[in-house]
Amino acid sequence: MNVIKAEGLTRVFTGRPDRKNRLRRSRHVAVDHLDLSVEAGESVGYIGANGAGKSTTIKMLVGILVPTSGMVTTVGLHPLKQRRALARRIGVVFGQRSQLWWDLPVRESFSILSAIHGLSAADERTRTAELVDMLEMGEFLTTPVRQLSLGQRMRAEVAAALLHRPELLILDEPTIGLDVLSKQRLREFLVTQRREHGTTLLLTTHDMGDVERLCDRILVVDHGRLAFDGTLDGLARTVGARRELVVDLATATGDLVDLDGAEHVRSESGGLRQRLAFDPQRTTAARVLAAVSERAEVLDLSITEPDIEDVVREIYRATRR
Amino acid sequence: MRPLPSPSRNPYWRFLVAGFRGQSAYPLATFAGLVANATFGLLKGGIMGAAVESSGGELAGYSAATMAAFVWLGQGMLGSVNFWGGSDLQTRIKSGDVAVDFLRPVSVQAANVLTDVGKGLFALLPRGLPSVVIGVLVSSMALPPDATAYVLGLLSLLIGITVSHATVYAVATSGFWLVETRGVSVLYMAVSGFFAGLFTPIYLFPDWLLTLALLTPFPSMMQFPIDVLSGQVTGAAAAQHLGVQVVWLAVVLGVGHLTTRAGRRRLEVQGG
Repeated sequence: MNVIKAEGLTRVFTGRPDRKNRLRRSRHVAVDHLDLSVEAGESVGYIGANGAGKSTTIKMLVGILVPTSGMVTTVGLHPLKQRRALARRIGVVFGQRSQLWWDLPVRESFSILSAIHGLSAADERTRTAELVDMLEMGEFLTTPVRQLSLGQRMRAEVAAALLHRPELLILDEPTIGLDVLSKQRLREFLVTQRREHGTTLLLTTHDMGDVERLCDRILVVDHGRLAFDGTLDGLARTVGARRELVVDLATATGDLVDLDGAEHVRSESGGLRQRLAFDPQRTTAARVLAAVSERAEVLDLSITEPDIEDVVREIYRATRR
Repeated sequence: MRPLPSPSRNPYWRFLVAGFRGQSAYPLATFAGLVANATFGLLKGGIMGAAVESSGGELAGYSAATMAAFVWLGQGMLGSVNFWGGSDLQTRIKSGDVAVDFLRPVSVQAANVLTDVGKGLFALLPRGLPSVVIGVLVSSMALPPDATAYVLGLLSLLIGITVSHATVYAVATSGFWLVETRGVSVLYMAVSGFFAGLFTPIYLFPDWLLTLALLTPFPSMMQFPIDVLSGQVTGAAAAQHLGVQVVWLAVVLGVGHLTTRAGRRRLEVQGG
C-alpha cells in the first residue's frame, strides 16, 4: 500500500506586488511537479539544501499547506479535506516547534494528547509507560515542559507523536541541536519502534548520521524536484560518501600514499598531521589505522563524516550536468 | 444504566483544564494584575462615585451602591475577559506554531477558545474574588439580591468570558491573511473596552452611541454580566440579557468557524 502518494505536486509562493509595477509579483516555485510514492514500512530520508523544498513538501503531505497543483494522498486520505481523520493516523514532529503544553508537566501533555486521540484510560497508561521506559523519560515526567533540556524535550516530542501508534511518523529535523549521545538514543529508539510496529518513517535532516542509521531509502530534492531516489549504497556510489581519517603522527612523516583502501588527501605541519580518505563500504577505519601504524607512530586520530551538505552538493553537481 | 463517560477522556474538557492549570503557573503576574486592578478600581470608584453624588445620588439608573458594584465587578472581571486583543493564536499564526494545532484531530477553534476560557476562569480566583472583597471593604457596593441573581449572574459571567475569547479568536484569524496583526489588536483594544463598559457604564452614553454599542458583542462581555450580577437588572430583563449574550456567542463562534475554514487554505506556515 502507498502510505504517501504524490503526483505532479507543485507549490508556488507569490510575493507581494512589485513596487514599480503593481501587477507584477515575485514567484517562487518551492515544489515543482514532484512525483513521490512511499510504501508501508519504508524508512525514507528526505534531504536537500535549505530552501530546496523539503519542508514545503511535508507541509502539503500533512495538510497544513495547500498545493498550487497536483495531487497528494497520505495514508490514502486527502490531507486538506480529511484533516482530522489523517491526524489520527499520522504522527508529526517538527524539530523547531513544540506540541507539548509549555506550562504543564510532561505527563499532563501526554495525558491530554491521549484524550485528543481517543485512547482509553487503560491504553493511555500502557502506552505512556512503554514510551517512558523506552525513551528513558522517568526522571522528568513531572517536570514542566519549559524546564526541559533540548534532548529531554525532543524525546518527549517524539513520544507525543507516537502515543496513538500512528502508521506514519514524519520527523522534520528531529536531531537538530542534540548532542551525540542524545542523537544516538533517539535513533536507537526509532529503529526499535519501526521494527516492532512497522511504522513508516519519513524524515528530513541535515545530519548524515540520521540518514545512515535510520533510512533505507533516500530522496534528494533540488529546486523542488527529485534529484536522487535510491538506497544509501546508491547514494554513496553516486557521490562517493567518503570519510576522512585524520592522524597526528609522532614524527614528521612523508605523505602516506599507497595505503590499502585509503587515499592520501593532504599533509599538514610538515607531515605531522595527515588526512586520509576512505570508503566505509570497502574498508574500515580500524584497517586504515592499522596500515598507518605500520609506517608511523600515531599519537591521536579523529574521523570526519561527510557533511550532508557535501553529499547534496555532489548530487546537485551530478544531476545538473 | 451506562456509566457516564469520564470528562478526563474528553479532549475539549482537557483544553479547558489545561488553560486553567497553565495560568496557575504564573502567580507573580497574577498578583501584579490584582494590584493594578485594585489601584485603578480605587481611581474609577472615586470618579464614578463623585459623578453619582454630583447628580443627586442617582445617575442613569445607578445609585452609589450599584455604581460601586459596577466598578468593582468590572475590575474583578479584567483578568478573565480580553480587552487587549492579543492571543496565543495570534502569536502561533505568526510563528507558524499553529501548524501543530491543525495536526490534531480536534476543532482548532474549540481548542483555542476553551484554553483561553480556562485561563479566564482561573483568573476569577486570584483576581476576581479579591477585587470584589476590596470593593466590599472600601465601598458600600451592591451584591446580588438573591440566589437567582447569583445563579443568573454567574451564568452571564461565564457566557461573557466565552464571548470575549471567542471574539478575540475570530479577530486573531485575520492573521491567516495578514500574518502581522498587531494593528488589528490595537484597534480591538481601542474599541472593545469602551463599548463593553470598561470605563463607564454604556448607559451613560448618548442614545446614538448606546445604540451603536448594543450592535456589537462587547456589552455581552462585561456590561451585561455586571448588570445581572449586581441586581441592576432582574427577572425577565436578566433573562433577556442572557438571551442577547447567547445570540452574540453564536455569532462570534460562527464567524470564527468560517474564518478558520477559509483561512486554513491561506495559511503559509513560515520557516522549517
